[in-house]
Amino acid sequence: MKIYRTYTLTITNVISHYPKQIICSFTLALIIATLFFGQHIAENTQDIWQLITGQADPYQSIVVWQWRASRLFAALVIGAALGISGAVFQSLVRNPLGSPDITGFNVGAFTGVLLSIALFGNLYWFSVLGAILGGLFSALLVYIFAYRDGHSGFRLIIVGIAISATLSAFNQWLILSVSLETAMTAALWSAGTLNGMTWARILPAAVLITVFILCAFLLNTRMKLLEMGDDTAAALGVSVNKTRLALMFVGVALTAVATAITGPIAFIALAAPQIAKRLENSASTSLGSSALVGGLLLLSADFIAQHGWEGSTLPVGLITVSLGGIYLVFLIIREGRK
Amino acid sequence: MTATVTEIQQNKSNDTDYQALPELSLSTQSVTLGYDQTIIANNLSVDIPEGKFSIIVGPNGCGKSTLLRALSRLLPPTSGQVRLNGQDIHSLPTREVAKILGLLPQSAIAPDGIKVVDLVARGRFPHQKWFQPWREQDQIAVESAMKATGIMEFAQHHVDQLSGGQKQRVWVAMALAQETPLLLLDEPTTYLDIAHQIELMDLFQDLNRLQGHTMVAVLHDLNHACRYADNLIAMKAGKIIASGAPKDIVTEALIEDVFGLPCMILEDPVSGTPLIIPKGRQV
Repeated sequence: MKIYRTYTLTITNVISHYPKQIICSFTLALIIATLFFGQHIAENTQDIWQLITGQADPYQSIVVWQWRASRLFAALVIGAALGISGAVFQSLVRNPLGSPDITGFNVGAFTGVLLSIALFGNLYWFSVLGAILGGLFSALLVYIFAYRDGHSGFRLIIVGIAISATLSAFNQWLILSVSLETAMTAALWSAGTLNGMTWARILPAAVLITVFILCAFLLNTRMKLLEMGDDTAAALGVSVNKTRLALMFVGVALTAVATAITGPIAFIALAAPQIAKRLENSASTSLGSSALVGGLLLLSADFIAQHGWEGSTLPVGLITVSLGGIYLVFLIIREGRK
Repeated sequence: MTATVTEIQQNKSNDTDYQALPELSLSTQSVTLGYDQTIIANNLSVDIPEGKFSIIVGPNGCGKSTLLRALSRLLPPTSGQVRLNGQDIHSLPTREVAKILGLLPQSAIAPDGIKVVDLVARGRFPHQKWFQPWREQDQIAVESAMKATGIMEFAQHHVDQLSGGQKQRVWVAMALAQETPLLLLDEPTTYLDIAHQIELMDLFQDLNRLQGHTMVAVLHDLNHACRYADNLIAMKAGKIIASGAPKDIVTEALIEDVFGLPCMILEDPVSGTPLIIPKGRQV
C-alpha cells in the first residue's frame, strides 16, 4: 500500500513538473502511430524513413500524406480550437460546466450549417458562415432567456442545456424534412466525424481558426482580470462589456468553425481546459495548454475511433460523447456537492 | 507596524513619482444614481478633498456604496456628472482613469490557486501596453506594494491559504501596485476581527499621510470613521446630511438623525476624536 502511494505520488509529481513536455511527447507518439501504423503501410523503420524522405511508392505516400496527415492535422487544429473555446467560456461563466458544448453553441452552429446546406447546397464558406451565425444566434438565445438582473453562471448553463436540447430536436427535424441526399450528408456529420478529411477541407478552416486563436491570446490578460469579478476588472481599467462580447464572439467562432468542418464534437471543449488545469496545477487555465490537451484528446479519440473496432470506423464524436459523458457525470456530482 | 512605516518613508524618498503628484480632483455634480428603475440618490453633489482621508458613513441602504461605485465610474449616473480632474469621468478612457483612481471592491474573487505575488502583479494592468514585457518599474511597484502592506513574506503563498486579514492586505497591495494617487475602498474592514481592522485602518492612514494618497472609504464602524477620517461624510436616504472634520460635525443630534440611534458622545482618550457610545435599551 505504502509503495503504491509513493509510486503514484512520483508520477503526479513528474506530470505536474513537466506537463507540457509530457503532453507534447504523448502527442508526438500518437502522431507517429496515426501516420505510420496500419495494414500494408510501413512495416519497419526503413519504410517509415522512406515515407518521410519521399522515396516510398506513390500509393503509400498518398495514403500517408494526403489521407492520414490531413486527418491528423484536422484533429489537432479542431481539438485546439475546441479546447480554447472551452477555456474562454469556462472563464467567462466562472464555472467548469460553462462550455460551448454543454450550453449548446455547437448544436446551434450545426443548425446554421444544416440551414445553409438546405438553402444554398453544400458550399464551404456558406457552411462556415452559417455555423458562426448559428452559434452566435444560440448564444444570444441563451443570454436572453438566462437574463434576470444580470447573469449568474449556473443559470446560463441550465438555460444553455435546454436550448441545446431544443436545437438538437430542430436539427433532427431539419434532417428529416430535407431531400434524401442532403439528409445523408447531414446525418454523416451530426455525430461529429473526421472521416473523409482532406487538405482542401481543413486548410482554409485552419487559417480562420488560427486567426481566432490569436485573438483569444490577445484577450487573455483581460480574460484573467475578468475572472476576479466585474468590479475588480473594471477598476483595473478593463472595459468589461466590450471585452466580454469580444471573448464570447471568439469563443463561439472557434466552436462554430470547428463544427462547420466536422459536425458537433462534444466534450473536448468541456474536458480539455479542466484536464490542462489539473496537469499544470496552476491558478487559471492557460489557453496554450488547453489547446494542446484539446488537440491531444481529439487525436486520441480519433485513434480509438479508427482502430478500436475491427473492420469499422466510428465517428469520433461517438467516442468523445462516451468518454466525455463519464467525465460530465463526475463533474456534475462534484458541483452538486458544493 | 513601525517597521512598515519606515519602509514606506524610505520608499517615498526613493520614488519621485509621488512627489510630482498631478493636481487631483474628484466630485459628483448633482448626479442621479440608481439601478434599473430604483433611484437611490437624487441631485447628489460631493467634493472629495485632495490629499485627505474621506470616510462615508450612513445606515444600510443609504446609498454610500452606490456613491462610491459612481465615484469609481463603475456605475454611470442617470443624470449629472462625475468629474475627475475637471472632466466627465465617463468621457475618459477607462484605462487612463485606472492610472489615477484605484478601487478596492467588496466583491473581488481570487482565482483558484493563484500566488500572492501574481495577484498583486495584476494591479499593473493599466500601466502595461500590448506586447510590452514586464518592466523593472512594474517589479518595483509590486514589491513596494507588498512591503507597504507587510505581505512580502507570503509572496509565494497561495492566496486561498491566507487568513481573512492577510487576504484583504493582498487586495490592498494589488490596488497599491496600480500606483494611483486616488484610492477608493468599499467597506475594507468588513469580516475582519478588531485587531486586523485597526491594523488595516492604520495602513490606510499611513498611505494617506506618508505617501500622499487621497483616500475615500465606505465604513460601517462609526468610531473607526471618527478616529481616522479627515473628512467625514454622513449620508441618509441618498442625501448628504453633514460633511467635515469629525470633531466639527459629530454631535448626538447628528447620530440620532442619521442612524436613529440615541447615543452619547465622549472624547476618545487615545486620539481626541469623538467617541460614540450607543445608549440602546437600558438594562
